[in-house]
Amino acid sequence: MSSRDVVLARVRRALADVPRAAGPEETAVPRDYLRSHGELPTDDIVQQLAENLADYRAIVHDIDAAGLPGLLAHLLGERGSRSVVAPAGLPPEWLADCDLEVVPDVPETTPGELDAVDSVVTGSAVAIAETGTIVLDGSPDQGRRRITLVPDHHICVVRVPEQVVASVPQALERLAPRRPLTWISGPSATSDIELDRVEGVHGPRTLEVVLVTSRAPL
Amino acid sequence: MSVTDLGMPAFPAAAARSTRDTRLRANLRYATHTIRDKRARAVGELSDWAQLRAAGRAIKDRTLRHLDHYLERLEEAVTAAGGQVHWAADAAEANRIVTRLVRATGEREVVKVKSMATQEIGLNEALAEAGISAYETDLAELIVQLGKDRPSHILVPAIHRNRSEIRDIFRTEMGSWGRPAPDGLSDRPTELAEAARLHLREKFLRAKVGISGANFMVAETGTLVVVESEGNGRMCLTLPETLISVVGIEKVVPTWQDLEVFLQLLPRSSTAERMNPYTSMWTGTTDGDGPRTFHLVLLDNGRTDTLADTVGRQALRCIRCSACLNVCPVYERAGGHAYGSAYPGPIGAILTPQLRGTASALDASLPYASSLCGACYEVCPVAIDIPEVLVHLRERVVEGGKVVRGGMRTVIQPAKGHAAERAAMRAAGFVFDRPGVLRAGQRLAARTRRLHPRRLPGPGHAWSDTRDLPPVPAESFRDWWQRTRGAERGDGREEGAK
Amino acid sequence: MRVALFVTCINDTLYPRTGRAVVSLLERLGVEVGFPAEQSCCGQPQFNTGYRHATEPLALRYARAFRDYEYVVTPSGSCAAMVRDNYPRLGQKAAAEGRGGALTEAAAEAVPKTYELTEFLVDVLKVTDVGAYYPHTVTYHPTCHGLRMLGLGDRPRALLQHVKGLELRELAGAEECCGFGGTFAVKNPAVSAVMGADKTRHIQETGAEAVCTVDNSCLLHIGGTLSRQGSTVRPVHIAEILASTEGNVL
Repeated sequence: MSSRDVVLARVRRALADVPRAAGPEETAVPRDYLRSHGELPTDDIVQQLAENLADYRAIVHDIDAAGLPGLLAHLLGERGSRSVVAPAGLPPEWLADCDLEVVPDVPETTPGELDAVDSVVTGSAVAIAETGTIVLDGSPDQGRRRITLVPDHHICVVRVPEQVVASVPQALERLAPRRPLTWISGPSATSDIELDRVEGVHGPRTLEVVLVTSRAPL
Repeated sequence: MSVTDLGMPAFPAAAARSTRDTRLRANLRYATHTIRDKRARAVGELSDWAQLRAAGRAIKDRTLRHLDHYLERLEEAVTAAGGQVHWAADAAEANRIVTRLVRATGEREVVKVKSMATQEIGLNEALAEAGISAYETDLAELIVQLGKDRPSHILVPAIHRNRSEIRDIFRTEMGSWGRPAPDGLSDRPTELAEAARLHLREKFLRAKVGISGANFMVAETGTLVVVESEGNGRMCLTLPETLISVVGIEKVVPTWQDLEVFLQLLPRSSTAERMNPYTSMWTGTTDGDGPRTFHLVLLDNGRTDTLADTVGRQALRCIRCSACLNVCPVYERAGGHAYGSAYPGPIGAILTPQLRGTASALDASLPYASSLCGACYEVCPVAIDIPEVLVHLRERVVEGGKVVRGGMRTVIQPAKGHAAERAAMRAAGFVFDRPGVLRAGQRLAARTRRLHPRRLPGPGHAWSDTRDLPPVPAESFRDWWQRTRGAERGDGREEGAK
Repeated sequence: MRVALFVTCINDTLYPRTGRAVVSLLERLGVEVGFPAEQSCCGQPQFNTGYRHATEPLALRYARAFRDYEYVVTPSGSCAAMVRDNYPRLGQKAAAEGRGGALTEAAAEAVPKTYELTEFLVDVLKVTDVGAYYPHTVTYHPTCHGLRMLGLGDRPRALLQHVKGLELRELAGAEECCGFGGTFAVKNPAVSAVMGADKTRHIQETGAEAVCTVDNSCLLHIGGTLSRQGSTVRPVHIAEILASTEGNVL
């Protein structure tokens, strides 16, 4: 008997009390929790996202599409970055104003080489206002998971309002489970010393989120 | 059971030692009180917390009641996505499987994400015996590993250490494991975190094998989920070529949608955040992104024995948030080490005696490591009625009875060392079931009340070392009632023959 | 209404004045109180220590003793919780052992009519001002079983706030267990003692003359600790405060 069979047989014996014929539905799951907390208008949801990102020490910027390349060049320049990783599908115009080495996201790059790169710029799949979370799903404008992990500075572009949802349930509806997903809520942090939160451990210590709108800023 | 747990004193003795360690108590008090209030605020933000909790409980119950079904679906989905699934009936088998998988890569070192399951089975020790170095990468686990210490909390394994102790450990120990601590390291948490970043980075960048657990496994899609803060999890899950995840069979959830409940319940209950900094979700392997080989080791190790107990089963709902530890007045004073297991605190007091059985003196003492105050149940995000299970397990200890151990039905005898208590309980039962005898006893006590000491001799010192006894009144209530009311009312008299 | 006092074994034996206070309070509020002497112990110490089978006759006795009453009122949060939470479990577990009809019936009968004193006052009699007078500073410790199992909420405080002459002092860490826990106090004496020491420190910091609870079992531990420390803070059951009047300060 394989261990698989042993474990499954133990499970079945252990559940002798359960009316199994009816299938898993015999246990009701109440789903009367909220799909989102509050019925905010779109602008307020974007505002909530910005506030919650900032609350966990992400740096948030607002810009319109036309101003994006300039802003990215400014942010990378201000930090003194000499190199930036760009995923293959990042819109080329985003880095058009930058004067620094652009490192492609290719499988041959070793983690050590990535460690020598200063910054990374990506798009995102969805952002969650209530929790201040951005989610990456490995789409061409976001690249491999490691490029947003090893460099110490991550600039993540979120298209607002279309990429923003209010809540965790709404985000899961939009995501494809079989893609590799990374949920990011502020920069890397730890609570391991006296249960006090400290930002900055292994992931990027600086997270900048650019909320880019197709409309002109107010 | 890991080797370090053998020979542990029973809980009361270990806890008594902790109560005399003033630094430990100060560290624990500060940390647990800090997180307690934050958790309450984070939970208070969600008006539907009670509904989320009910849903979380029901999803877990559904899963447990049809666990074979969901495990088979999970296996199918993980395999279809390019992963390989292994089954381990116990700790030894899980350790053998992981050792074999690491050896097959030709590597001699692995990086590890904090994992309760691998702590439970003593994986690091098993790998060390096979000549494989396992590096813990979670900051608190690193502190524990460098300090040759044991974890004392589910979420924050080094909660018993304060910042200056951590600085001292980093200064003296980091050098022998890799990059030494920076010169002039202070005890500021930001500097300590920076030292850990530097020390571990070289290990992450060269690692070829990563070992993890998982917070959730989705049966429907084969997706595994790791919830973390520091990014060490992302490092271990994405940089190595081979990933081995050791996960308890109870960590499965039925559907993708179910994550919407747990990703709200878990962060707010554990680190008291709206969302933890990083959550990784992966399904098998992805071409060109992350590990090329993924192994999932499904671990039983007492879980099916626990499942067989219809009352104790609810302990398997646990999502390892540690909210119960942070509110527990006993944990706060006893510290995590007193529980002698990877699972300390209230949840440990009901999980360990079910996973390991109640044969050892330590394990038999764990169900009593609680005043039954109920604070744990109140904060549990999946509504595990920990006091109910504690009392249920106390019964198993003192009365024995039918249990399942290692998949086999067996009858256990009452634990040793309870003979005097059992006799006392029987005597009390005899008296309380005979109010006439009770009254006679009360009258005797009242007549001799001037002779009663306020401190007790013999075994009674457990009470009277720190507490006086109240004076015995001159007249019991029932005597007063009969003297003043009994005759006129007609009630208050004892029943007839009994 | 037919109201019975379930005095509890600990009050009967060690704190008869609490039982007398309940009688005097309820009679002052116009309630006729009965005391069936067939009552004894609810079985909480046995049950919570793991001696379920030794508890069963006591549960049956409880149901039998109060059969003729509509309401059973008890000055003990933990004994009320024992009846309400655990009697049904006795029935369920016995049923799983292929017996238990009588225990299930006993629970079904006992549970709905069992009230902790402050619940009975606020929910059934619908009073929060019982006309009491107690010219002392008092701090209130909400006991765990009252707070979390029965869900007494604000009831005891609402009653205390209406007592003339009484000044209520806030207790830091009020909702934390005092460390009694029945046999926990002797099975884990060291942890119980430090919990008790922390509780009594908070109590003394209030500067109150008395500490009050809905349960004398917790007061046995709190009062015993205070007494050993040489403290002058008096442990008082809430029933004694509520029974106290201008004509008769208890």
